[in-house]
Amino acid sequence: MAEITLRVNGVERSLSLDTRVSLLDLLREHLGLTGSKKGCDHGQCGACTVLIDGRRANACLALAVACDGLEITTVEGLADGEELHPLQAAFVECDAFQCGYCTPGQLCSAAGMLREPGPSAVTGDLTEDPALTAEEIRERMSGNLCRCGAYVNIVAAVHRVAAERAREVAGR
Amino acid sequence: MREFEYARARDGREAVALCEPGARYLGGGTNLVDLMRLGVETPARLVDVSRLPYDRIEAAPSGGGARIGAAVRNSDLAAHPVIRRRYPMLARAVLSGGSGQVRNMATVGGNLLQRTRCPYFQDVSKPCNKRHPGDGCPAIEGDHRNLAIIGHSDACVATHPSDMAVALAALDARVHVIGPGGERVVPMPGLHRLPGAEPGRDTVLEPGELITAIELPAPPPGRSVYRKVRERASFAFALVSVAALLGVDSAGVVRHCKIALGGVAHVPWRAARAEGALLGRTAGPDAYAAAADAELALARPLPRNAYKVTLARNLIVATLTELAP
Amino acid sequence: MSTIGGMRRVEGREKVTGRATYAFEYAVEGAAYGHPVQAPIARGRITTIDAEAALAVPGVLAVVSSADPPPLGSVEDPELAVFQSPQVAYHGQVVAVVVAETAEIAREAAETALRIEYQAEPHDVVLRPDHPRLYAPERVNPAFPGRTEKGDVEAGLADAAYTVDQTYTTPALHNNPMEPHAAIAAWEPDGSLTVYDSTQGATAHRDTIAAVLGLRQDQVRVISRHVGGGFGSKGTPRPHVIVAAVAARAAGRPVKVALTRQQMYDMTGYRTPTIQRVRLGADEDGRLTAIDHDAVEQSSTLKEFAEQTTTPTRVMYAAPALRTTHHLVRLDVPTPSWMRAPGECPGMFALESAMDELAEAAGIDPVELRVLNEPAAEPESGRPFSSRNLVACLREGARRFGWDRRDPRPGVRREGRWLVGTGVACSTYPAYRRPSSATAVAEDGGYVVRVAAADIGTGARTVLTQIAAEALNTSPDRVRVEIGDSDLPRASLAGGSMGTASWGTAVVRACEALLKNGGQEGRADTSEEVAAGSAFARHAFGAQFAEVRVDADTGEVRVPRLLGVFAAGRIVNPVLARSQFIGGMTMGLGMALMEESFVDPRFGDFLNHDLAQYHVAACADVQDVEAVWIDEEDPYLNPMGSKGIGEIGIVGTAAAIANAVYHATGRRVRDLPITPARLLS
Repeated sequence: MAEITLRVNGVERSLSLDTRVSLLDLLREHLGLTGSKKGCDHGQCGACTVLIDGRRANACLALAVACDGLEITTVEGLADGEELHPLQAAFVECDAFQCGYCTPGQLCSAAGMLREPGPSAVTGDLTEDPALTAEEIRERMSGNLCRCGAYVNIVAAVHRVAAERAREVAGR
Repeated sequence: MREFEYARARDGREAVALCEPGARYLGGGTNLVDLMRLGVETPARLVDVSRLPYDRIEAAPSGGGARIGAAVRNSDLAAHPVIRRRYPMLARAVLSGGSGQVRNMATVGGNLLQRTRCPYFQDVSKPCNKRHPGDGCPAIEGDHRNLAIIGHSDACVATHPSDMAVALAALDARVHVIGPGGERVVPMPGLHRLPGAEPGRDTVLEPGELITAIELPAPPPGRSVYRKVRERASFAFALVSVAALLGVDSAGVVRHCKIALGGVAHVPWRAARAEGALLGRTAGPDAYAAAADAELALARPLPRNAYKVTLARNLIVATLTELAP
Repeated sequence: MSTIGGMRRVEGREKVTGRATYAFEYAVEGAAYGHPVQAPIARGRITTIDAEAALAVPGVLAVVSSADPPPLGSVEDPELAVFQSPQVAYHGQVVAVVVAETAEIAREAAETALRIEYQAEPHDVVLRPDHPRLYAPERVNPAFPGRTEKGDVEAGLADAAYTVDQTYTTPALHNNPMEPHAAIAAWEPDGSLTVYDSTQGATAHRDTIAAVLGLRQDQVRVISRHVGGGFGSKGTPRPHVIVAAVAARAAGRPVKVALTRQQMYDMTGYRTPTIQRVRLGADEDGRLTAIDHDAVEQSSTLKEFAEQTTTPTRVMYAAPALRTTHHLVRLDVPTPSWMRAPGECPGMFALESAMDELAEAAGIDPVELRVLNEPAAEPESGRPFSSRNLVACLREGARRFGWDRRDPRPGVRREGRWLVGTGVACSTYPAYRRPSSATAVAEDGGYVVRVAAADIGTGARTVLTQIAAEALNTSPDRVRVEIGDSDLPRASLAGGSMGTASWGTAVVRACEALLKNGGQEGRADTSEEVAAGSAFARHAFGAQFAEVRVDADTGEVRVPRLLGVFAAGRIVNPVLARSQFIGGMTMGLGMALMEESFVDPRFGDFLNHDLAQYHVAACADVQDVEAVWIDEEDPYLNPMGSKGIGEIGIVGTAAAIANAVYHATGRRVRDLPITPARLLS
């Protein structure tokens, strides 16, 4: 057993836990935050994606005990009260999900991805920070599998939000 | 997952002291936690080294090398301006591995020490010499389509899964280690070992040794690239990958050449024979093909992975041609 | 129709905020955790089960196994006869469950403390076309004849100017819904049982679970409000549900069981591998003289599941001689089951690849060859089609895709390192309908419609809302549809692409009854209406076009364009329909290029049993995928005029891609998937 304290969606939580408990099971089984999904439990599908200290990560591969003192954001923490996060709204509008099981992970992954600097494996010139084209988004979102096959709409939704952000930045 | 103790080290010395027999270092956990859940790894204690102060990338002034802390996350390594500019082969190799999430978690040290994705190794219901010496290697007669073609033994035909390590092997990286016996430096290639009769040992590290940093010499002049072939367009391990650097003078003669292959061996495979065949020769597809053939003369493909020899040859030629047509 | 259009999913907000609750996520007071244990041998028997050490682990509550078989009722599906016998029928069969206070304790005790010994017997897990135990099944899934024959096939082939005689294979494939199969079982003090399950049909699952446990149907309630995909694998109850129920009885507490992704490969069904021989003959003009299609496939020793692989060939093309056959062998393997478009999907890969080969042999454009062989009536039965717009799909697709600019020569287009090619293939899927019932009630100034339908991602909840609103002549926001609960009016499965047709009919009839009865309440049961059947052959059709690029050096295949044109009756919701079509096409892309479940014959289980080793398409694999449809009015279907759309998208995709790979490279790949290894060998 181990004592840990961490912040989840802005709320401080202190727990006594079996060291084997993953961050994902901490969220789902101990805190009742079942928005983060277990699809493979091995970092191979991305359904469990959360933000750890603002960076997207597979909650199934993180031991809860190793997250002591960290800040966790789950899909339940993306919206601002009743106002959906722009990604959430775009997912609904673009029909970027079907069964919905990969969706929380897609959303957290996209939220983290939009903040990630630098190139991807498909960027031509690695010294540049490329614009988030559909090709860039597809590569950067490939850690989130969707068996329903909603990728085309997921990319459209993420692209819409990325383009809005780019316009906002350009307008400043 | 077996029960274990968890301890977080405050510095490297404390980590080494905590890492008693049966203990394992925990970095990002992206492979270790995965293997613990499968019952492949059963440490009695985890020593968390992810928050040790090995989290910086220090670059020498222009034209020099770089030193990468072992706790640097893969994504931070790939996003670092100096790495992108000076070692594009390394940045691209790192970006080719795992997913955005995995790269945010995985540390540089852990990436080097990740274990094979051989399906038999990962399944404790199957025999495996790497897990249990003497069990036998079912992959030799079984599904080895994505296993080794070079340097394997009768005991093990596993491949090393890292992309980053392939680039580091090509770049002559030096791996800094601390351990019960003090500090030492292990050159790459040389950190990883061929399976021989002891496939359980992936590297030359001794029990309790901890990687603290990777030191990169200044890159030789030339263009470099990393190309990875896999069964889907992203988020998959390599069938074959190649890290290549080529420096060609104004007369078209190869002056600098570094080539390493991934997905073909128990180690990131430095293609020394190919390099030897190219240095001092006129660059061009014929020379590249001869170099690839020189290297792949060593290949001993298994019945179901002979395609990898063709793939490796084609990939070496195509990649070098891309660098210097 | 004002209410019909681009309405978004009614549960969309729940799904994007993480509030949609899936089976394992219900907060059930006092729930313990069960971890199933699987047999590590492919055939044999259990000789010893020693649970003492496991029960001594702090936190372990119970172990259930065949050492003390839990009493069951009437078990029709032998896969559900859990812990009844020491016999092992396949590697990975469930042999015990360990129940503990936490999931971590249960799993560790199951893996390290529970001692089970086995007497292994020689096993046979390899499907081959010359297997001595092959037999011709009388019926294939769900109830088609295994064999049909009309005309003289051999004479037709002998007289042909052009012939194709080739063998095509498809590997075992796994559904791999993103949500692993899971259940929470909670016994009530009165002996009734509540199951939170991930199912494609609460009613059918309730009926089966009740029978297996020896309970009355009214003693079991299955709740399944959100389902994280199924693609057929959640169409019948899986062993974990029964495991959860018997574990909960043994532990005296509610028990949660979630299969691991690895366990799913053995315990939740899969698509049988197939070995298909197709023989085609055509005259000088390209008109088919004979079609002969045989499929060799497998089932388990436990029960016969015979996939209807050659049935689409009974529907597709006009030919004076037409024979379709199936051959099955029972192996020491898990029982195969439904996976998206069982039958049509592997069968059309073979038929449509063969048609491409015939087009090449006859020197006829592949689109024109298909148009040329368009039948006037259903070829095998002679029944008229209620509607068939395959030619319109081909023509519209060819126009949109730019097919007229296609140079038929294979292996001649190169852009840099990429060889470029295009291909076409057809799709078909039957328009089924099953009896269902529904109620419609005026409540709170609006309407509540109740039907035990399932929304596994299809958009059923949304589409039924629209259908009800239209029938009630009101706006969708005044209608609430309740589904996913066996206490609701009984309904058919979400399967066979028949959800909208089946449930929608019941919803329309219930709404009509409400309006007739003074606007307060209406009930409907469509058993009679559906049983009346039809004199027509009712099928959806489609034409699928693919562009591929193949790396000349490495054999990597990329698919820059997929286009599907479908004729599937009236499309109720264009936004959701497009998602269904492109979702099926995306799964078909994976089938074409990467999906394969591999068995090492020495061990007998699926070796690549996780999502890192069994590759499904990732985001980067899926570029421009578009689906459109032909306006099709068909009065012979159901009140909505709709045909099913959930499966047809996958049907022709793999053949279209394989045909495009041939066009790009000149290499005909007849064995899926089309990997770099295959292209370089």
